[in-house]
Amino acid sequence: MNEAAKSRVPVIVGLALIVIAAVIYWDASSITRGVNYGMGPQVIPEVIAGFVAVLGAAHLVVGFRGGFEVETDELDPTAIGWIVFGLVFLIASIPLGVGFIIAMTVLFAATARAFGRRALATDVAIGFVTGVVIYLVFTKLLTLGLPQGPLERLIG
Amino acid sequence: MDVLAALGHGFLVALEPSKLFFALIGVFLGTAVGVLPGIGPALTVALLLPVTFKLDPTGSIIMFAGIYYGGMYGGSTTAILINAPGESASLATALEGNKMAKAGRGGPALATAAIGSFVAGTFATIGLAFLAPWLVEVAVKFGPWDYFALMVLAFVTVSATFGDSPLRGLTSLALGLVLGLVGIDKLTGAARMSFGVPELLDGVEITTLAVGLFAVGEALFVVSKRHKGDDVIQPIKGSLWMTREDWRRSWGPWLRGTLFGFPIGALPAGGAEVPTFLSYSTEKRLCKHPEEWGKGAIEGVAGPEAANNASAAGTLVPLLTLGLPTSATAAIMLAGFQQYGLNPGPLLFAEKPDLVWGLIASLFIANAMLLIINLPLVGLWVRLLAIPQPWLYAGILVFAAMGTMAAKASVVELSMLFAFGFLGFLMRRYDYPVAPMVVGLILGPMAEQQLRRALQISLGDPVVLIENPISATLLAIAAVALLAPFAMQGLNKFKANED
Repeated sequence: MNEAAKSRVPVIVGLALIVIAAVIYWDASSITRGVNYGMGPQVIPEVIAGFVAVLGAAHLVVGFRGGFEVETDELDPTAIGWIVFGLVFLIASIPLGVGFIIAMTVLFAATARAFGRRALATDVAIGFVTGVVIYLVFTKLLTLGLPQGPLERLIG
Repeated sequence: MDVLAALGHGFLVALEPSKLFFALIGVFLGTAVGVLPGIGPALTVALLLPVTFKLDPTGSIIMFAGIYYGGMYGGSTTAILINAPGESASLATALEGNKMAKAGRGGPALATAAIGSFVAGTFATIGLAFLAPWLVEVAVKFGPWDYFALMVLAFVTVSATFGDSPLRGLTSLALGLVLGLVGIDKLTGAARMSFGVPELLDGVEITTLAVGLFAVGEALFVVSKRHKGDDVIQPIKGSLWMTREDWRRSWGPWLRGTLFGFPIGALPAGGAEVPTFLSYSTEKRLCKHPEEWGKGAIEGVAGPEAANNASAAGTLVPLLTLGLPTSATAAIMLAGFQQYGLNPGPLLFAEKPDLVWGLIASLFIANAMLLIINLPLVGLWVRLLAIPQPWLYAGILVFAAMGTMAAKASVVELSMLFAFGFLGFLMRRYDYPVAPMVVGLILGPMAEQQLRRALQISLGDPVVLIENPISATLLAIAAVALLAPFAMQGLNKFKANED
């Protein structure tokens, strides 16, 4: 397990880098705008694509030569899953139009849950109060806009 | 004498009540985030950027600097009391500092760290005040080719020279450079790496990247290995006052630490880790009590802490005079300047002397404030460490989301935050440094502009880069710094084969 991961990680990173390099190169070659003299907008992307490709190749070489030391601790998928849920809800809160306060409440409670808390009601309450306070400070004191939902329109 | 007059004028600005207030908020926030594990000064400034968008620029920048200095003080408290350095700059402090705390000498350890930070911070800020105008005069003569070469040097030193693995550092830098490509090319208006997504035409926000990497990435990383043991907080034992013996043994390391920290911070050499470890090993060699090392030698706290703070002040030299950030925090502070349309560099000294000298003067004030709030109030900060971990990280994520929501509440922006968070998690897990990526994102587009400007002036002839002595020298140093670690690796391998 440990030995396999040592070369698996650099090989995966190497392949990913080569894909990124290819995407940059493809994107740069589709630029049509040019300049009369000096450097066009496609040159630096091409140079960076080359740099990324070299790093990708170096990773592959490292991978096939035995790899490097990597962390192989077991992950806690449930814990990560809760944070991912909180963040995905945050993203979805924009098209759903639930507003800033509810998004913050869910994110707070989900993260606390991920770190092992079981008192859901308390955490929801803390998240809600934090959300309301931040919303009021931002919109009233700092005059910055935050996404509005039904709750936010209620407080005005 | 010009410097003294300018500095005097700066003090008039910095002593205005509103500026003092900003400095005080900055040092308080900075100390708090320095103490709390998981968040550092770079993240805090990144979170505050959207919040301070409509506030007074001078005040906000004074606050950011206070956060930077405060983070350095606060980090040492955590390093000494729980052996969990808040940021890599405190790693060296933790070695002897935690041993001192375990041996019941936590009080003197905290005291020598705070007073050493004050001494080093003050001397280094004096260095900044006198070095900056001189460097500005040099920088006025810099052409675009020189700036380009300087940035290339910064890329190399930030990512390659001092990391454990140059390959991983360079990969992190490269990812930052790739993100820097996203958006509309400023010189021709061509869209690059935007894939037809309108939100991407503005480019990648540095705050979104920093908050994703530092806050979301850190939370995912910590939660992924939650089943590991908890940290033990050492109670503060022993008087906070240092004995005559402690003073006698501390002042040398403070001054030597300053001498390591300031120049290394001021050169585009990146990071506070190098000077702190240099100071640590020097003090270990010079110490007259070698038997105490490993059991809690006060020199091992005094030196690295001084080096740490001096390098923070040193980092401000290239940032203010050249607009060149050499640490993650400096990169975000540069973004802070830019959000007010200010560009650090020689022109800023000429156009906004109030701001520049007010900032430098406020650093002296912030240092004095930090000494006061860190010594008598250290008990208060220690209590922050008792915040339950679930609430701490839930709070960090809420603040992270808040900043992004206030700046740009769109599905694309929040998805980027999420993606950068996941990337940050993977990079932490597999030991890729994240700071080069942040520096790459902000410096990459600047370097490209300077290069293209240079080639426009030379009508496309690349020889311009090596026929100017300054740019040629800088590029040569960069090449050596890039190749040296690989060459040394080769040498090591050679030696290993011989055995």
